[in-house]
Amino acid sequence: MHGPRSWANGIVALALVGCTAEVPAQNAGLEAEPGEEFAGGETTVFDTSPNAFSLSARNMTSERRSTFFVGNSFFKENWVIAPASTEGRDGLGPLYNARSCSGCHLLDGRGSPPEDAAEPLVSVLVRLSVPGQTEHGGPAPEPTYGGQLQPRAIPGVVPEGDAFVSYEEQPATFPDGAPYSLRRPTYSFALNRGDMQADTMRSPRVAPQMIGLGLLEAIPEADILAAADPDDADEDGISGKANKVWDSAAGKVVLGRFGWKANQPNLAEQTAGAFLGDIGISTSLFPAQECTAAQLDCAAAPDGGNPECSDHILHAVTFYSTTLAVPARRDWQDQDVLSGKKLFNEAGCAKCHTPVHKTGTFEGYPELSNQTIRPYTDMLLHDMGDELADGRPDFDADGREWRTPPLWGIGLLEVVNGHTNLMHDGRARGIVEAIMWHGGEGEASREAFRVMSLEQRQSLVRFVESL
Amino acid sequence: MVDFRFPSRFAGALVVFATTGLLVGCGPDAVSGPPPLAESAPKVINGYADVVFATYTDALEGANAIDTTLGALVTNPSDTTLGAARTTWLEARNAYGQSEAFRFYGGPIDDDDGPEGRINAWPMDESYVDYVDADPAAGIINDSMTYPTIDGPLLTSLNEKDGEKNISTGYHAIEFLLWGQDKNASGPGARPFTDYVVGAGGTASNQQRRGDYLLATGKLLIADLKPVADEWADGGAYRASFVQLAPEEALRRILLGIGSLSGAELAGERMQVAYDTKEQEDEHSCFSDNTIADILNNARGIQNVYLGKYKDLDVPGLDELVRERDAALDKRMQEELSASIAAIEAIPAPFDQAILGDDSSEGRMRVDAAIKALRKQTTTIVEIATLLGISLNIEE
Repeated sequence: MHGPRSWANGIVALALVGCTAEVPAQNAGLEAEPGEEFAGGETTVFDTSPNAFSLSARNMTSERRSTFFVGNSFFKENWVIAPASTEGRDGLGPLYNARSCSGCHLLDGRGSPPEDAAEPLVSVLVRLSVPGQTEHGGPAPEPTYGGQLQPRAIPGVVPEGDAFVSYEEQPATFPDGAPYSLRRPTYSFALNRGDMQADTMRSPRVAPQMIGLGLLEAIPEADILAAADPDDADEDGISGKANKVWDSAAGKVVLGRFGWKANQPNLAEQTAGAFLGDIGISTSLFPAQECTAAQLDCAAAPDGGNPECSDHILHAVTFYSTTLAVPARRDWQDQDVLSGKKLFNEAGCAKCHTPVHKTGTFEGYPELSNQTIRPYTDMLLHDMGDELADGRPDFDADGREWRTPPLWGIGLLEVVNGHTNLMHDGRARGIVEAIMWHGGEGEASREAFRVMSLEQRQSLVRFVESL
Repeated sequence: MVDFRFPSRFAGALVVFATTGLLVGCGPDAVSGPPPLAESAPKVINGYADVVFATYTDALEGANAIDTTLGALVTNPSDTTLGAARTTWLEARNAYGQSEAFRFYGGPIDDDDGPEGRINAWPMDESYVDYVDADPAAGIINDSMTYPTIDGPLLTSLNEKDGEKNISTGYHAIEFLLWGQDKNASGPGARPFTDYVVGAGGTASNQQRRGDYLLATGKLLIADLKPVADEWADGGAYRASFVQLAPEEALRRILLGIGSLSGAELAGERMQVAYDTKEQEDEHSCFSDNTIADILNNARGIQNVYLGKYKDLDVPGLDELVRERDAALDKRMQEELSASIAAIEAIPAPFDQAILGDDSSEGRMRVDAAIKALRKQTTTIVEIATLLGISLNIEE
């Protein structure tokens, strides 16, 4: 359980060596692993354009692409207010965050907080809860506002209000004298329905990019659990805990895989949950609008049928979300990038950002089954320290824990979405800042990075950008 | 941005890519027949720009004609002025529909701040704009408290209200205001001209504001189309940079435009989705029942680009580049483009009825056949890109 997994022998061995200071940044003669560029196995798409996150698994058959098209349409197009002629697409709200999935996952990419403190958050939503748990172990919703702040509403319904973020710069220097700066976020709210309960916990969450999600679902549960080490029995400073969450369709507790805290069991539930929470669209899985007892106008608003999104369309959108391809690595043979990769492993980054997985048999998705993929995540929760803590438990994840986000595609964020804002709330303005925010179990790796030479840091960043 | 290099030990992978049309290895130096792209492509690229400009010029002219007839309708509402406005709208759709072959590569129409979303977005959020069947007080038009004055700046600001596109402007907003909701199986929507009659004889509420809205959207359409046409004019900024691009890049954009329209957009989004959902109104022009014409114009736009033809214009097209490299492929492409158009023409109107019934119904079989024809030609477009040494990632 605690030994290196056979497929990752080389990498783990490298990671355990850990003689950071003795390794020159330029180490000519390093070789890429065979097939290393195929981040998503046979699904991999070679595209570096703004569409890089928007293409279907390349090994998908033409017939199956029909469902992808339908899902894409319902992911991309706006839902409209009921009643409307477009009966298949009405039922927006009553309360909502966005009119479409793509409103936040622009070009299937990542959301970002606004740069201007006067502009409300749009593609970053704020989860809300109060102490206690639901009957299934989930966070208890805030009594007036529910489980997330929904800033928009259809006419006749009072929107919940807006969230804003402002930043305080914290300049610092690396030991070699190079400056950097972290911006510490502070959130404020302009609420329309009175105060929240005094002990409300608020957690901002960026809309993540959509690539490769089905491949992550296809990683065998046993492999994820085998890497977990919740009590740090091997004493390497890294625990890794599997979240256990409620699967509404199955009616039981299962491994959590998706969301910033791994609070969603699978993409079908993630999709239905997002339809309801973010767009106000009901499905057979979640048939009732989330209007709190205090929101009578919400409860009285017209709906677009019951459910508003048919099982057929829900399946298509889930299929779409499951089969978006992963872009190939760039510059994977570049010596500088290979040096960066070596440093990444030596600094221990790969202990959580696990480079390679092999997917199992994923029923209904032959294109995603039995693929060697390079997502750079262990799918587990880790304590990330005080600085990143949101203080808001989510099933088994405590207020300091976050799921290791996959790093594949990270270097194309700028070309797809025009920004490089990272972490769960978008506070980091690029890879260097993101690394420097790592605390808790990530602290040792952060320190290893901090004391590297400028050249080494640049190589490591170049490697991450190549993902 | 990044140049992919395949070392010899990945030769196997390269073969896989080439056969699936994802990536192309062979450069023009591999063959010794046709002239290099640098020699033969510029006239095709310039010809393409001519076709683009002529099409947008027509689209702009159509928008101006719409604007004129809207003015007549609002000034003097009658069956005649409403009918004239509808006819003008339908005619104006032809050029714009053909211009959609110039999308999907971040050109002036749909780059980061391009106006495409304001011009042609759908589905139309009708109750966001005006009354609907079950809600006579819905929409901006009937909300004089929140929006005391309806004008272009207001509609522009509402476009960005939710940090994304609210579909309250463009061709389909005008379409809704001219036809109203389509509740008829046999024909389009039937909004009465009296919706624009102020005072005695008027129907619905806020006729004056409805007129203001209609006029404002008409003006916005012109304001959004004009800069796009200007960018493609001789001396226009985008055209100037476009014709200076490396031929492979300019051709990649051209092929990306027609390939994306043919496959993901037309066969996928606009036809497969409606075929799949059987939603009567899940169609592009859902108020006017103009959807088959929309689809046909899109397909013609693809053919225009390939052949270098638009109305009287006849310039060197992609066909020349393909013919000198693979005459059989050119012949096949031309046949498939014609076959797609014929398959679309064979769909019985209106589209919202053709998609109904079981899979053996005449309408659904025709729609399905047209989808298949378009997807077949999309695969051939990828083959053509491959032939020209261009990597094209699209949905086939």
